[in-house]
Amino acid sequence: MFTETLTGRKKQRHERVARMFFGLMTAAMVIPLLLIVGFVVFKGAPAMTWEFFSTNPRRGGTAGGIWPALVGTLYLILVSLCISAPIGVLAAVYLNEYAKENWFTRIVNLAVVNLAGVPSIVHGLFGLGAFVYALHFGKSILAAALTLAIMTLPVIIASTKEALASVPRSFREACWNVGASRWQTIWRIVLPNSISGILTGVILQVSRTAGETAPVMLTGVATFKAIEGGGLFLYDLREQCMALSMHLFYVRTQASGAPEELSYAIAATLLGVVLLVNTTAICFRVFLRARKKW
Amino acid sequence: MSLPRSPERPAGRGRLAVLFEQAIELLIRLCGISAIVFVFGIFFFVFREGAPYLAQLDLGAFLFSSDWYPSNDPAHYGAGALLLGTLSVTLLAMLMAVPFGLGAAVFVSEFSAPRTREVLKIVIELLAAVPSVVWGFIGMSVLGPLIKDVFQVPLGVNMFNAALLLALMSVPIIVSIGEDALKAVPDSYREAALALGATRWQTVFRMLFPAAKNGLLAAVLLGVGRAIGETMAVLMATGHSARIPTSLFDPVQTLTATIAAELGEARQGSEHYQVLFLIGVLLFTLTFAVNLTADLVVKGIRRK
Repeated sequence: MFTETLTGRKKQRHERVARMFFGLMTAAMVIPLLLIVGFVVFKGAPAMTWEFFSTNPRRGGTAGGIWPALVGTLYLILVSLCISAPIGVLAAVYLNEYAKENWFTRIVNLAVVNLAGVPSIVHGLFGLGAFVYALHFGKSILAAALTLAIMTLPVIIASTKEALASVPRSFREACWNVGASRWQTIWRIVLPNSISGILTGVILQVSRTAGETAPVMLTGVATFKAIEGGGLFLYDLREQCMALSMHLFYVRTQASGAPEELSYAIAATLLGVVLLVNTTAICFRVFLRARKKW
Repeated sequence: MSLPRSPERPAGRGRLAVLFEQAIELLIRLCGISAIVFVFGIFFFVFREGAPYLAQLDLGAFLFSSDWYPSNDPAHYGAGALLLGTLSVTLLAMLMAVPFGLGAAVFVSEFSAPRTREVLKIVIELLAAVPSVVWGFIGMSVLGPLIKDVFQVPLGVNMFNAALLLALMSVPIIVSIGEDALKAVPDSYREAALALGATRWQTVFRMLFPAAKNGLLAAVLLGVGRAIGETMAVLMATGHSARIPTSLFDPVQTLTATIAAELGEARQGSEHYQVLFLIGVLLFTLTFAVNLTADLVVKGIRRK
C-alpha cells in the first residue's frame, strides 16, 4: 500500500481538525437545545398530575388545571384540519397533475412560498379583518380555525406535492391505457400510492396548529373560558375557546402570582404534544419508506 | 409534473360521468389558485383596515421617528424605534445563526456518516417544531436569569436574549435548506478537488461554498424572513420597550410584538388600530421582499 509521507500525515491532521470544527459547531447548537428542553420537562414534571390535566384553571390562572385549554386546542386543530386538508391536497394535485410548466404555475408556486413566509401576526391581522369583522364571525373558534387553516395550507401543499411527485409516471400511464379518466387515475392510483406522504403533511400541520399563538390570540382564543363538569362538547363554533399556547403565554406573563411549576408544566405539556405529533410523523415516514413497493 | 391531455374518452362513458369529471377538475383548479387568492386576500384585508389612516400618515415620521406614544394625547405613532428593534434583533440573531447554521449544514452534508446524518436531521426537524411561545417561555424563565447572572446586567429579558432565541429558531431552517444546497453540488466537483490534493478546508471554503452560494444565500434569507416575522418569542424575551437601544443588553420592542401586545387595547377603527394594521402592511412587505429574493436566488441556480 501507500507509504505514509509527511504531507500525507499533515493532510490527515487537517482532515481531523476540519471534521472536529464542523462537528463542534453542530454540537454547540444541538446540545444546549436538548439540555434546555430537558430542563423544562424536568421542572414541569412534578406539577403534571391527573388533576392538572383534567380540571379548570382557578384563581385567574394561578392555580388549577388546563383541561379547557387542551379541549380548545383540539377544537382548533380539528376544525382547521377539516378546512385546510382538502384544499391543500387538491391544490397540490393541481400543481403536480394538472398545471403546465408556464408563468402561471410559477406564480402559484411563488404564492405558496410567500404564504408560508407571511409572519404569523400578519395572518392574525388578516383573520381579524376578514373573518372577525368583514364576515361577522366575531371572535370565535371558527374565525381562529379559518386563520390557522390558511396559515398552515403551505405545509400541506408542499408535502403532498412531494408525495405525488414520487409516484412513478408509469403508474399513471398504465392507468390511462386501460381507459381511466384523469380523475379516476388520481383517485384510484396516485392518491392511494402517496397517502403516506400526504398524512405526514397533515400530521405536521397538526403540530404547527397546536403551537401557534399570535394569530389565534387576535381572532378567537380567550384567556379564560371554563368547561363545567369536565364536559367535552360545550363549545359552539361561534364561541371563543382557550388554547394551550395562549394559556402558557397568559400564565407566564399576565397571571401574577402563578407558581413557577405551573408555567413549566404547561410549557412541558405543549412541548410534549408537539414533539409527540412530530415524532409520529417521522416514525410514519420511516416505516412507510421501508415498505415502499417501487 | 406536466402531463399530456388525458386519453380520448371511451365511447361508453356516460354524460353524468363526464360532468362529474369536469366538476372535479374545476374544483381542483379552484383549490390550485387558492394560494394566490389568499396572498392577495391577506394584503387586501390588512391594508383595508389600516387604509383610513393613510390620509394623515406622515411617512417620514412613521418610519424614522422613535416617538411611539399611542396612548398620549395627541398620540405619536413613530415606528422608527420598532423598526430598528426588529432590524437589530434580526441582525444580531443572524450573526449568531449564520455561522453555526452553515457550519452544521456542512457537517451534516459532508462530514457525517449516514446514520449520524439521519439522527441529526431528525433532531433538527424536531427543533424546528418547537412552538414560538415555548421559545418565549424559555427566554423568560431559563435564559433570562442566566443572562442576568453571567453578564451582570439588571434585566435578563433584552435584545441579546431575544436574538439568541431567534438564532436558535432560524438555525433549523438554515441547516435544512443549506444542506439541500450543498447536496446539489455534483460529486464530480468533490472528486476533482480531492484529485487536486485539496484538504477538506480547501474543499469546503474554495469549492463547496462558491458552488453552492446561491442555495446558501437562500437559506440565510429564509432564516432572516423567519426572524423578522417571529412574534411570541420576541414579545416575551425582548423586554418590550420602545427605545433606541444603546447596548446589547437593552430592552427593545419589535414591530410584530407591538401588534400582538397593543391590538387588544386598541378600539376597532381607532387611529391606534389603523396604525397597527399599517405596521402589519409594513411587515408583510418586508417579508414578501425577503422571500421573493430568496425564491429568485434559488431560481437562479436551477437555470444554470
